[in-house]
Amino acid sequence: MNKPPVFRDTPFILSVEGVTKSFDGFKAINDLNFYLEEGELRTVIGPNGAGKSTFMDILTGKTNPDVGTVTFHRPDGHDVDLIKLKEYQINRLGIGRKFQTPSIYASHTVYDNLLLSLNRARGILGTLFYKLNSEDEDKINEVLKIINLTTSKSRPAGLLSHGQMQWLEIGMLLAQELKILLIDEPAAGMSDEETVKTGELLLSLEGKHTLIVIEHDMEFIRQIARRVTVLHQGSVLKEGSFENVKADPEVIEVYLGRQTRAEI
Amino acid sequence: MTNKNIFKELGASGVILAFLMLLPILNMVGPDSGLFSVSAFQLSLWGKYLTFAVLAMSLNLLWGYTGLLCLCQSLFFALGGYMMGMYLMLMIGERGAYKSVLPDFMVFLGYQDLPIHWAPFYNFWFTSAAILWVPGVVALIFGYLAFRSRIRGVYFSILTQALTYASCLLFYRNDFTFGGNNGFTDFKDILGMDLNSIETVRILFISSVVLLFLTYFITSFLLKTKLGKIQQAIRDSENRVLFSGYSTANFKLGIFVLSAMIAGAAGALYVPQVGGINPSLMEAAKSLEVVVWVAVGGRGTKWGPAIGAIFVNLLKSYTTQAFPDYWLIFMGGLFVFVVLFMPQGLIGVYNQLKEKFLKKEGTVSV
Repeated sequence: MNKPPVFRDTPFILSVEGVTKSFDGFKAINDLNFYLEEGELRTVIGPNGAGKSTFMDILTGKTNPDVGTVTFHRPDGHDVDLIKLKEYQINRLGIGRKFQTPSIYASHTVYDNLLLSLNRARGILGTLFYKLNSEDEDKINEVLKIINLTTSKSRPAGLLSHGQMQWLEIGMLLAQELKILLIDEPAAGMSDEETVKTGELLLSLEGKHTLIVIEHDMEFIRQIARRVTVLHQGSVLKEGSFENVKADPEVIEVYLGRQTRAEI
Repeated sequence: MTNKNIFKELGASGVILAFLMLLPILNMVGPDSGLFSVSAFQLSLWGKYLTFAVLAMSLNLLWGYTGLLCLCQSLFFALGGYMMGMYLMLMIGERGAYKSVLPDFMVFLGYQDLPIHWAPFYNFWFTSAAILWVPGVVALIFGYLAFRSRIRGVYFSILTQALTYASCLLFYRNDFTFGGNNGFTDFKDILGMDLNSIETVRILFISSVVLLFLTYFITSFLLKTKLGKIQQAIRDSENRVLFSGYSTANFKLGIFVLSAMIAGAAGALYVPQVGGINPSLMEAAKSLEVVVWVAVGGRGTKWGPAIGAIFVNLLKSYTTQAFPDYWLIFMGGLFVFVVLFMPQGLIGVYNQLKEKFLKKEGTVSV
């Protein structure tokens, strides 16, 4: 893994090429091509069944595609084929995900939730002999401040409000010091005010990390959108700025139109 | 953990230790009859309960703290027991009914020589190691296959149940060299000490107390480490752990093997105190009983499972004498009652009452 650095001749940090994944004949992902630049904040939208979750599962190793390549371009110039790796190995490369429903450790304190998310001492012996040091403490406190949970750090995480749990899970990703954060519907179940704050948080991460945000909430997307990718029937339908995508007749037909109709 | 909790826990451990040490002391210097008399029979009965308590604690390590409902814990217990049993059988020497160096059942079944895998069990230290590594290796192989294939939740429970059932059938076979359905019995001595002498009974009892506290310390130590926290995190949200860079399969496997070894050690102390072992110990229902002990005592608490094991077995001793036909109904009723009304088990009753009468504990405001 620790080869000497070479020049990375691509602005991308992640390339997904020709990926197809079928479940019982149904193509959840169909010849998908997707490129992600380092440091960008990408929003992925698409109607239900467009393959958003499967896409995320493939990136994080939960699902293996039938064909295609998923390549992580490490900052030191070496490429890694993600398809062969297990979930925890992909995570150790610096790719983490936030689940749609908050996945936190309910019986641990907020503090311990973050402690367990630090990107060190993750083997059996490592965890057995792990001692908390001041560097790790600082990191946890820094994350606590970012996610605004400093005063709740000794509470069991299961007692937090829904919005706070979402924030905690984002904090857990921050503690992992990731290169790429995959965030599935971060604003689900949040109040308007919490949603805005979440958007601000994500925007503040842009540049330092590369982010993929899957969302449904149009207001929220308007707030955070830079480049938007529209998935439809398992492949990329359109990619561009939020305004462009929103005005595209095809996108309106498959996604926005459907929503408008549903709203009526 | 706050200081108050540490003192509470130390207090509880102290009380348990004092009570348990009182039994052999009363047996030694106490009166011959009356409330405070402890006979050799009672002492070895309590010794048996203690090995059950350790068995319950080993399951708690899996079910209580890692969320793995293992239904083959009594298989590991029995495997440890069989290892010890082999040693005890060989120690009978030529004092058996057939006056042969071979164990009685082998003579009866027409064996000419001692099977080759029996020979090392003449050595007590080899036996002691086997008590740990045999259940450990079985857990390692089974766990590796199960966890690698991502078998979780109820499927894991069903598979472990199938494993103990299959092993039980295997051990019932006469040609499996473990005595078939009669198993091992008629032990004479251990390390040259007569198993029926009161001194041996006391030593075995005290060994059980030591094992109990050793298991308690292992559990307490683990819980304090990051590994113990990962265990509980796996219980709460395994995917989150997996997607945080931990190989949850390795962690589960490690805990599974450790738990099997502890259960094996408990089984090894059970056999000399009960005076025999046969495959009925591996029957699927036995492992379910262990689940009941843990649930009754308090799943996911340090002393709860041990207290549950002792409580249920005391109740069993009483019920099977007073109402021999109704024990299973009693146990089923107890289980349902605990699940419905005492979610934290016996050990949680105090907290439950406190919450009820002293209102709810003030929640920390944010």
